[in-house]
Amino acid sequence: MTKPTSTTTAAARKLWQFHGGLHLPDHKSLSCEQPIQPAVLPKRLVLPLQQHIGAPAKPIVEVGERVRKGQTIAQPDGFVSAALHAPTSGTVVAIEERAVPHPSGLTAPCIVLESDGEDRWVELQPHGNWTTLDASELRNLIREAGIVGLGGAGFPSFIKLNPGARTEIDTLILNAAECEPYITCDDRLMRERADEVIAGARIMRHALHARRVVIGIEDNKPEAHAALRDALARVDRSDIELVQVPTRYPTGGEKQLIKVLTGKEVPSQGLPIDINIVCHNVATAAAVHRAVEHGEPLISRIVTVTGRGVATPRNLEVLIGTPVDDLLRQCGGTTPTLSRLVLGGPLMGITLPHSGLPITKTGNCILALAPGEFGQHGPVRNCIRCGECARACPANLLPQQLYWHARAKDFDKVQDYNLFDCIECGCCAYVCPANLPLVQYYRYAKTAIWAQARDKKKAELARERHDFRTERQEREKAERAAKLAKKKAALEESPAADSEEAKKAAIKAAMERAKAKREAAGVEPKNTDNLTADQQRQIDEAEARRATEKKNESANERE
Amino acid sequence: MFTAILALALLALAFGLLLGYAAVRFKVDSDPIVDKIDAILPQTQCGQCGFAGCHPYAEAIAKGEADINMCPPGGETVVMALADLLGRDAKPVEGGVKEKMVAFIDEQTCIGCTLCLQACPVDAILGAAKQMHTIIEGECTGCELCVEPCPVDCISMIPIKVAPATWTWPYPATSTKPEQAS
Repeated sequence: MTKPTSTTTAAARKLWQFHGGLHLPDHKSLSCEQPIQPAVLPKRLVLPLQQHIGAPAKPIVEVGERVRKGQTIAQPDGFVSAALHAPTSGTVVAIEERAVPHPSGLTAPCIVLESDGEDRWVELQPHGNWTTLDASELRNLIREAGIVGLGGAGFPSFIKLNPGARTEIDTLILNAAECEPYITCDDRLMRERADEVIAGARIMRHALHARRVVIGIEDNKPEAHAALRDALARVDRSDIELVQVPTRYPTGGEKQLIKVLTGKEVPSQGLPIDINIVCHNVATAAAVHRAVEHGEPLISRIVTVTGRGVATPRNLEVLIGTPVDDLLRQCGGTTPTLSRLVLGGPLMGITLPHSGLPITKTGNCILALAPGEFGQHGPVRNCIRCGECARACPANLLPQQLYWHARAKDFDKVQDYNLFDCIECGCCAYVCPANLPLVQYYRYAKTAIWAQARDKKKAELARERHDFRTERQEREKAERAAKLAKKKAALEESPAADSEEAKKAAIKAAMERAKAKREAAGVEPKNTDNLTADQQRQIDEAEARRATEKKNESANERE
Repeated sequence: MFTAILALALLALAFGLLLGYAAVRFKVDSDPIVDKIDAILPQTQCGQCGFAGCHPYAEAIAKGEADINMCPPGGETVVMALADLLGRDAKPVEGGVKEKMVAFIDEQTCIGCTLCLQACPVDAILGAAKQMHTIIEGECTGCELCVEPCPVDCISMIPIKVAPATWTWPYPATSTKPEQAS
């Protein structure tokens, strides 16, 4: 067969536009030309038990235990959770609280693994012939492999591959947009491992029973696009459509990409599945392929190390748990001008307090920024109500209103303006001429609202328990009173055995009974009557002895 | 003159009767304000307000016998919410805002006397006579009512640890320049 028709029609395909968005200097050429290099095997790996959305995983290894590469070391705890695997062979040296890459800079439970340098795999179970597996078996494999969304949020992928019984999935969208400046890990992945991405897409489609697959890629990545096109041609998949979309931040946002590709809008506070669409990242697709066809769990990912603060920016294939330090060292170290280390992109990333933190499953980029390298800098001024932010907002919100209400801590109002539809893309803050830290206000408001909701729930529980306790105490009191009343009533009817009067009466009755018995037996004999001869003799002897003693005593007294 | 006075008097009487009837006929039941206040209170049942629990305090506020700033566990949030609900002025919390705590029983020292069990307003302590007691952490409101009755002082209040999942972003510290007076 000739070249699939899908790619030829791509040019003519109708595309839509989302509101707002920005054309940003993309800085991708810094890192996108070097091939992916495997990161040096670290001595020590720190694996946070929570690297995903949901409940932290539960460790199933003990300190001192030797593990092989790929061995499960923590199990998912509950439905929304993900397993964790040893990224290399070695010894578990600690399970303790360690600093984790989180904006709070707090510690969280981690498994610390010391590598033995052998990198020996556990026995793997590949499923080359996955077409014979049904959707739920595939999901289980993906769940056991600990795969979470590698695009950034880290939602357990098997859940997003489960449409439920009632929903028919129309479109599976593979997100290859990679819209945020600097980040090139998906770009490199597609250029070098396009076959894996396509294979993963097919597995995902099988698990979802999706009608079609659309891969959306920004037009600033022609090499990756060509690689995917060639890979598609090799497997002859005309049902997988590859679509180039205009480069515009944040096209890689799930809702924005869906809008661009299908013209549909995800409802406010809804999910793509509400409009029969599921969206996965291309790196997740590749991880799914490796998990199913090679049996390899998710133990590594591609990380872009870039920015003017690092000597030789490039992409590395990094074992989960590798310290950021090691990666920077492998990229020639940081330059003296380094001002800020960011995990993630320049707009949505978080500032890292230090470089000793580990890479997690969601860590796509380490950005070492030099002073004034990206974005706007300058003193924060007052909002002048210019409305630039509203023009830039890709979620069609009113960032200025959100800002005022978040600043006033008016959490009801801020929700009226749909705070929770904000994707924290940072467009508003980027264009703000007053340099207001807008996203920080939204993040503050979101977490404060969640905290209030938690408090409210706790108060509700406490009220319930308090009411129950009060009710129980009253019931017990009533029961005691009823018991007492019953006893009293019984006492009045017939004196019970244990009352004071009844006792006296019983004693009296017993004495009377004894008296009657005595009287019936007649006069009691004295104990000196009816004696035997022997007893009489003993008595006589005693009497005589007593008489002589008495005599002696009186004689002594006289003397 | 007389007619005018008579007419006005009659009108006054008529309207008075109408209003009196309307007041009876369209009587509005009092606003269930106590429940609304109670919903705002944090339900720690700690009695730090001087009342026997959150509900009695809510009743007292509704009657106007208590101020709205007597709830240290609720802190500023509760004062603001109550001020908003009741149209009163917000004021600083009496006794200051305290850190959120949870009770902890040192199980080595506990003699199993059950005194704390009886003191706990939300049944968050598990135990029986001569059996070691323990706090059900998720249900403890941090009211400190169990600390006092313990004869061996084995209950301590420890601050609730903030985890990444419960952490909140700080309020942006950047202060904007004051606008220049024009």
